[in-house]
Amino acid sequence: MLAFTLRRMLQAIGVMLAVGIIAFAMFRFAGDPVNQIVSIDTSAAERASIRQSLGLDDPVLVQFGRYFINALQFKFGVSYQFRLPVANLLMERMPATLELAICATLFAMVFGILMGVYSALRRDTMLASLFQAVSLIGISLPTFLIGILLIYLFAVTLGWLPSFGRGEVVKLGWWTTGLLTLSGLKALIMPSITLGLFQMTLIMRLVRAEMLEVLRTDYIRFARARGLTTRAIHFGHALKNTLVPVITVAGLQFGSVIAFSIITETVFQWPGMGLLFVQAVQNVDIPIMAAYLLMVSLIFVTINLVVDILYTVVDPRLRSTVGRTA
Amino acid sequence: MTPPVLSVRNLEVEFVTRRAVLRAINGVSFDIAKGEVLGVVGESGAGKSVTGLAVIGLIDPPGRISAGEIELSGTRIDHLPAEEIRRIRGKRIGMIFQDPLTSLNPLYRIGDQIVETIRTHTNLSETAARKRAIDLLAEVGIPAPEKRIDGYPHEFSGGMRQRVVIALAICAEPELIIADEPTTALDVSVQAQIISLIKRLGRDHGTAVMLVTHDMGVIAETCDRVAVMYSGRIAEIGPVQDVVRNPLHPYAKGLMGAIPTLAGDDKRLVQIPGSMPRLSAIPPGCPFNPRCAFAFDRCRVERPEPIQQGAQSVACHLFDTAKETAA
Repeated sequence: MLAFTLRRMLQAIGVMLAVGIIAFAMFRFAGDPVNQIVSIDTSAAERASIRQSLGLDDPVLVQFGRYFINALQFKFGVSYQFRLPVANLLMERMPATLELAICATLFAMVFGILMGVYSALRRDTMLASLFQAVSLIGISLPTFLIGILLIYLFAVTLGWLPSFGRGEVVKLGWWTTGLLTLSGLKALIMPSITLGLFQMTLIMRLVRAEMLEVLRTDYIRFARARGLTTRAIHFGHALKNTLVPVITVAGLQFGSVIAFSIITETVFQWPGMGLLFVQAVQNVDIPIMAAYLLMVSLIFVTINLVVDILYTVVDPRLRSTVGRTA
Repeated sequence: MTPPVLSVRNLEVEFVTRRAVLRAINGVSFDIAKGEVLGVVGESGAGKSVTGLAVIGLIDPPGRISAGEIELSGTRIDHLPAEEIRRIRGKRIGMIFQDPLTSLNPLYRIGDQIVETIRTHTNLSETAARKRAIDLLAEVGIPAPEKRIDGYPHEFSGGMRQRVVIALAICAEPELIIADEPTTALDVSVQAQIISLIKRLGRDHGTAVMLVTHDMGVIAETCDRVAVMYSGRIAEIGPVQDVVRNPLHPYAKGLMGAIPTLAGDDKRLVQIPGSMPRLSAIPPGCPFNPRCAFAFDRCRVERPEPIQQGAQSVACHLFDTAKETAA
């Protein structure tokens, strides 16, 4: 188990190194950084001195090494547009994105599993067909359109929910939360649904397919032959076996939820990392873009690691094979 | 006289498909007495397993029991509502399936699966049920049961898993055990152990056993009586020595002739020409008539009814002497 975890961590470090190289390369491909800092009428001598003071004269490998060591200490440089350390900007925006992503995932998991189980067990009912139809919409409609439709309906027409922003937030140390105020919670509803809808339909379809598959297995037939109650069979035996792949997908999707929050955050003007990134792209703010890339891949890699470990907790078969091969 | 543990009368099972109604079981009748082992043999698709599933009430749509009666110790169980037949399953009828590798839920400890079953059918507390689970595992011959009870199914070999499945089937002291090809998926050496285990459990607890198999060796060794099935009907049923040594029905004769012996006679094994008809194309009259060397006109039009011949009962016009002389 330990060897398995260590091996996975080594792989994770490899991935992060590769991403680091890409992030670093962005600085070199997006033009001369000095031009981004100085104005047009700066003299050549001044440019050269800036270049030297920033270490841009050093060999590429030395520059990369410096960037890498700084990145390890969460020093991602200074934003071109805000003139503030990128790390601070990201830290300030992260709570908003994480809260949104967690709420969206919870929404997707709870409704996805409920709807999936229902449509597997009551396959021929009207409601199950309705869920199937809704899931098609969720999969095929683009996120921004759903967001705009929700805003039109609940913010503009009905006026129930705010159309943009996070509402009032409460500071808990460096973390800001919108979960403790009414306006914060209200502001969270539409972005969470918008962001989570795709995952919800994905989970629903996965749960339905897996559940139908599991219900056909011999151990379910044997469980019925043992006279267990339908409840115990469906929600004990069948659901537990169904959830093994669902955990993987939901876990991996959490990374995409954070990554895709760019669109939702833009639609709802949600002050998170995604919105920061979009603004950075518009202003060619390379340090923010590179740091965001690193952050998102770190999140992805961490989630992958956690999912791998979670998997072995749920499925005892993996536990021992993992122990044996490692 | 006490009623037999299991009494099946004129059972019919149909599967409704888009094209036609397929009759998988067509007028099957048999009894199993307390402590008796009835073997059910036949080719694949003869309706052996479906008969077992019908008894325990696990025929799923589009299948359904369309006629006949099933009585368990004198009470009818074929038309019970789902909840009542569920209470009987596992408590009064235990079932063992073919493949022990897939019969157990891989994500649950075997102890939890046994305790769950015990507690579904009795009022035992968690600790008492666990103690009973350990006793059961010991009874089916699992070494160090107090340790193994916390193992997961994948940590057991095929034979050991089948023992666990048997422990699950007998955990509520059922009156009847239906074993559907319990040894087919196992090694030959393990097969013998499992069969003698089932036999011993049946004897010790007075449990009636319905043993579905296509292994004539297992039948000869284990059963008190044997039913030979063909195309959803019982071709012949009787005491095992009689049916094996002196089969009457031409199909049973063919089946017994196809068993290799170690006696050393160099004769070729007899094989039955052709194959069993599909459910959608069962010929009129006796379903065996196209393959039967003794078939005559009547076999092609009239369905033979079971005829008592000593201790055996055979569904074949060849033995209908009364009618033959009258005609």
